[in-house]
Order: sequence, then structure tokens, then C-alpha cells
Amino acid sequence: MGLLERATRSLLLTELLSGLGLTFRYMFKRPVTVNYPYEKGPLSPRFRGEHVLRRYPNGEERCIACKLCEAICPALAITIEAEPREDGSRRTTRYDIDMTKCIYCGYCQEACPVDAIVEGPNFEFATETHEELLYDKEKLMANGDRWEAEIAKNLALDAPYR
Amino acid sequence: MANFWTGYAWPTVITAIEVVIVVVPLLLAIAMLTYAERKVLAFSQLRKGPNVVGPFGLLQPFADGLKLLVKETIVPSGANRVVFVVAPLITFTLALVAWAVIPFDPGVVIANINVGILYLFAISSLGVYGIILAGWASNSRYAFLGALRSAAQMVSYEVAIGFVLVTVLLCAGSLNLTEIVEAQRHIWFAIPLLPMFVIFFISALAETGRAPFDLPEGETEIVAGYFVEYSSMTFALFYLGEYGNMILMSAMTSVLFLGGWLAPFGVAPFTWVPGPIWFALKIAFVLFCFLWVRATFPRFRYDQLMRLGWKVFLPFSLLWLVLTAGVLTAAGWLPQR
Amino acid sequence: MIVQAILFYIFGTVAVACGVLVVSARNPVHSVLFLILAFFNAAGLFILIGAEFLAMILVIVYVGAVAVLFLFVVMMLDIDFLQLRSGFVQYLPIGALVGLILLAELILVIGGWAVSPSVPTQAPVLTAAGGVALSNTRALGDILYTRYLFGFQVAGLILLVAMIGAIVLTLRHRADVRRQSISAQLARRRAETVEVVKVPLGAGSD
Repeated sequence: MGLLERATRSLLLTELLSGLGLTFRYMFKRPVTVNYPYEKGPLSPRFRGEHVLRRYPNGEERCIACKLCEAICPALAITIEAEPREDGSRRTTRYDIDMTKCIYCGYCQEACPVDAIVEGPNFEFATETHEELLYDKEKLMANGDRWEAEIAKNLALDAPYR
Repeated sequence: MANFWTGYAWPTVITAIEVVIVVVPLLLAIAMLTYAERKVLAFSQLRKGPNVVGPFGLLQPFADGLKLLVKETIVPSGANRVVFVVAPLITFTLALVAWAVIPFDPGVVIANINVGILYLFAISSLGVYGIILAGWASNSRYAFLGALRSAAQMVSYEVAIGFVLVTVLLCAGSLNLTEIVEAQRHIWFAIPLLPMFVIFFISALAETGRAPFDLPEGETEIVAGYFVEYSSMTFALFYLGEYGNMILMSAMTSVLFLGGWLAPFGVAPFTWVPGPIWFALKIAFVLFCFLWVRATFPRFRYDQLMRLGWKVFLPFSLLWLVLTAGVLTAAGWLPQR
Repeated sequence: MIVQAILFYIFGTVAVACGVLVVSARNPVHSVLFLILAFFNAAGLFILIGAEFLAMILVIVYVGAVAVLFLFVVMMLDIDFLQLRSGFVQYLPIGALVGLILLAELILVIGGWAVSPSVPTQAPVLTAAGGVALSNTRALGDILYTRYLFGFQVAGLILLVAMIGAIVLTLRHRADVRRQSISAQLARRRAETVEVVKVPLGAGSD
């Protein structure tokens, strides 16, 4: 390319103008924004969100207090105390998760032999105080009742890959 | 005493009303400009921009303003209190004061002074004070660095702007802005003086500290430059001043190069639209170019900025000035008055 | 006229007060700020006598450029100004002497002030051929580029020499620094810098 052509190009600012042209064209493209509180992006069935404790279809709680989740939790977020119930079955009397410690690694749901502790699809559980994020068994069971339909569906979808 | 009333008091009242008529729409325009900037940037980045507060997010600037208004003003310990508070006031006032000489239509101007363009140049050269005082009074390294950068940048680009102004003056034959616009009745100066128009536009970007010349702010290196220590209303004043300066520079560009209130082509369907509307449209177009450039180009490095100002624009505008003067004299086109 | 008089006294008083404060302010940055205010008041006085061109030039040149550089330097300096002031009493006599001499000279000059006899002949310059009053920008240009052309050009030349001198004094060419050549970078083309080689398997390329 000759000197003359180069000089003309730089004097006429062709490169700057082509850059401007590109941004101008982009102004008329469809925005890719997901208008978050009103629109939401798709979530994988494996998404690891807020924890729940599930029940069997007959209403019996699944957790058998094996404490595998407590043992594997790398963030030491889970605290379990257990003793036999009146009918002799082994159940938890206390199942706490400190959501501010949790790193959402999903080891607890991997470790659980009865699919009791599961990380559900809910990620919108921000609170105004720290205390509200210290979940106890009651809260986790309530979450389980609330999200059971979605979680059961996600587990079914993910089952072929396990 | 009657002389006093008719001679001084009454004109003062009328001028005060005129000032309000100019300043209120100007402040609204500044608010809308911040909104337009966010929208233009958003669209060129495939986003939607503010769209929650009010219809299409149109009330967003007022929400932001309210937020800043109710926040706490923090004066850093070790700051020079008086200068710290005065600096944003200077920036904001200068952005408004310059509008006194901008003509909106033949005769529609607050002060139709003979040296209007010099007045504009003087006001824009004062803009550096708000920034440098803010940087110094904050007693903070980042702020001071930002102020130094800004002062050096503005002084450098003012030289190029000065030469561009002289070229326009040569073609118009007057320092009065109304007469400069009238001189463009046949052809807008942007066409015969296209290179100067481009230089003026780029220098205006540098003068107002807009991307790609926003070194004084330099978010990624000196956090926010000269106004890093500012909060609440003092910050808002800087913000308003900066956007006011952008509108002022666009108005200057329209007056000097795009024929001010004159309709393009000067034929029937265009001349039906009143002059001030053409003027506003031209300002809006130049402002859009400001935002468009911000959406497109990355920030300059500081030595490149100085090189562009001193080694490219200054010689080029000087050369073009001499060339223009030569052509005007040789062809006998010098405006006679 | 009374309003002009009031404005004159306001501008004049503030200008003089600023002048005093420039000297007496403790903080040198404040001194420069008062200097700027003094410039502004001088510009106001110019406007009062109808010399709007001079007023604007004063603001552009002195406030917009010179005072910025003053401010620059004063802000960058890290001098203990209280220490500098410590010798105040010691230098007072010589300072007072210089001040007195200057004052005497000023009085002599003002006392011997006489309006140039050529002024009345210059006055018609201020009106154009048709008797219309000229703007003072035009009048100034008419005089500057005809009667005082030589002085004007020499003044420009002196400033040019000073500028070149300053540049020569501070310009250093260092050989041990790699400098960016932007034009060379921009002139590079893909063909000159990148070579696409088809490498046979296992053979490598040199």
C-alpha cells in the first residue's frame, strides 16, 4: 500500500469512522437485556440454590440424621443433633445451616443417601439481617414443602446423568 | 429617580426573567442529557438502559438528583473547606453563565455583546479553575493528580480551539455570535471548514473531559480524579456543570459551524420550522455525537493525548488558518464591514 | 451615571483589597486566588470604560492561562512558607526602601502625565467613514495593525524567541529510552508483520 493511500486514510479518519459506524449499527440491534425482576433467565436442573429438607410423599421427613452432610460440608455450615423419636426411628432434633457460611458447593446433597437435603432452584432469599440467614430445621422443612414440585422435577430431569 | 427606574431597575428585572427562561430549560436539558447518555450507551451495548422510573425511565435523572440531594455532604478532614465547597459552585456557575451570549434566534439573546465569541472563550478557559481547585482543596493524591491532568489537558486543547475560532472569525468578519450565524446564510461553515470543524469537535471533547479524553476522571487509574472526595450536592454540582459544559460546547459548535438557528438549505419546508427549534435540533445532534463517540472509542493514554493536542492539532489548525487567510485574501472574499 | 460610579468604586475597592490580600495571605494558593479575583475586577473596570475587548483578553490570557500556571507551580511547591516568612523583619528595611522608590517613581510619572497632543487627531479613527461608531475591537485593530505594526510585530517576535529559548533549554534527547513511534505503528500492515506458514507434519518450520 502506497504512502499516499496511507496518508489519505489517516487524514480522512476512515478507521475512526468505521468504528463509529459499527456502534451506530449496534444501536438498532435488539437489546439482550433480561429485565430481571420481571423476566428471568433459564436455570439448569442442577442449579444449586437455597437448601431445603424434603419429605416423603406420605409426609414423613426424609432425613435420618446420618450426619454425612455435616461431615462433608467444607464450610462447616451444617450443625445436626439427633435422638430417637417416640416410634424408635432415628431423627434430627436440630438441623441448622448457616447460610452465610455455606459456599453452595452441593456436597451435602451429593452425600445424602435419602435425597433429604437438596439445594433447590431458589436464589432470591436475600435478607436484611444476618440472623435471618441462620436457617433452622423448621425453616428448611418449610422450604421443602414450598419448593417440592420444582425440586422433584429437577431431580427427575437430572437422574439420567447420575 | 424616574431615570433610575427606566434606566437600570427595569432592564435588570427583564434580564432576570430572561435568565430564568434560559436556565430552567437548560437544567431540564442537562437532566435529559444524563438520561440520553445512559440510553445511547445502553443501546450501543445491546442493553436497555434505565427503564424503571417513570415511562421509559424518563424520571430516572430526577430520582438520581433527589438521591444526591438528600445525601450527606462530606468534607474530608484536612481539606480546605471554603475552596472545597466553592470549586463545584465555580464549575456549575460557569456552565450557566456562558449562555448569556448564545443567540437562539435573530435578536433573541440575553446579552448581544460585540465580543461574544471572546466571552465564550474566556468562560471556557475559566472552567479549569473549578477542577484544579477541587483537586487541590480535597487534600487527596488522586484528586490532585486528576486536577493536574485536567488542567494540562484543557490548557493544551484551548490553543487549538483558539485557532479554530480565529479561522471562523476570518470567514465571518465579526466577533458577535449573531453576526457569525448570519454570515452562514449561504453555506454553513462546517462545509468549507470541514477539517476545522472536526478539530473543534475533538477539542471540545477534550475540553469537556469527555471520552475518549476523560483522563481527568480516569475511573480505572485514579478512581474518579478531581471529584473523588465529593459527595451529595457538591458532587451533583460537578455533574451538572460537566453536562452543562457539554451542552454549551454543542451550542458553540452549532453557532460556529452548523449555522445556529438557520434552517438547512433555506427553502420552504425547512424554513417553516422556527429557528430556536432548528438550533435545539442541531445541539441535540452534536450531543448525540458526543455520546456516540463515548460509546465507540477507548480512553487515550496521557502522552498520546498531549501529542495529539500539541503535535497534530496545533500545527494543523495553524496551517489551516494561514491557508484560509491566504485563500480569502487572494480571492477577495474577506468579509467587508 | 450613578450606577456606573457605584460599580466603579466596588470594582476598584475589591481590586485594591485583593492586591493587599495577595501579599498578605498566609497560604500562597490563596494569594493566587486573590490575584485572579483582582484580574476579574480589572476586567470589570475595563468593561465600565467600554473596552470590552481588553476585558475579555485580560480574562482569557491572564486568568485563563497565566494564573493557571501560577496555581500549578504554587500547588506543586512543597515549601514551608512560615519559615520563608521568618526573615520578615530582617528584610523589612530594604523592602520598604524599594517600595518607597517605586512609589516616588509612580508619583513622578503621574505628576508629569500629559495627554499626547496627537490624541485629538486619533479620535476620528474611532468612527468609520460614515460616522458610525466602531466597536473597540475594530478600532484597536485599526491602530495596532497600521500605526503600531512594527512594535506589535517586534513584541510577537520577542515572545517567539522567549518560547524557543525555553524549549531549547529544557529539551533533552535521551538515547537510552525507547520511544513510541505512533505513525510507524499505524503504518504497519498485516502483510508486513504476519506470515502464515503451512507446516508439514513433523518437519517444523525454521
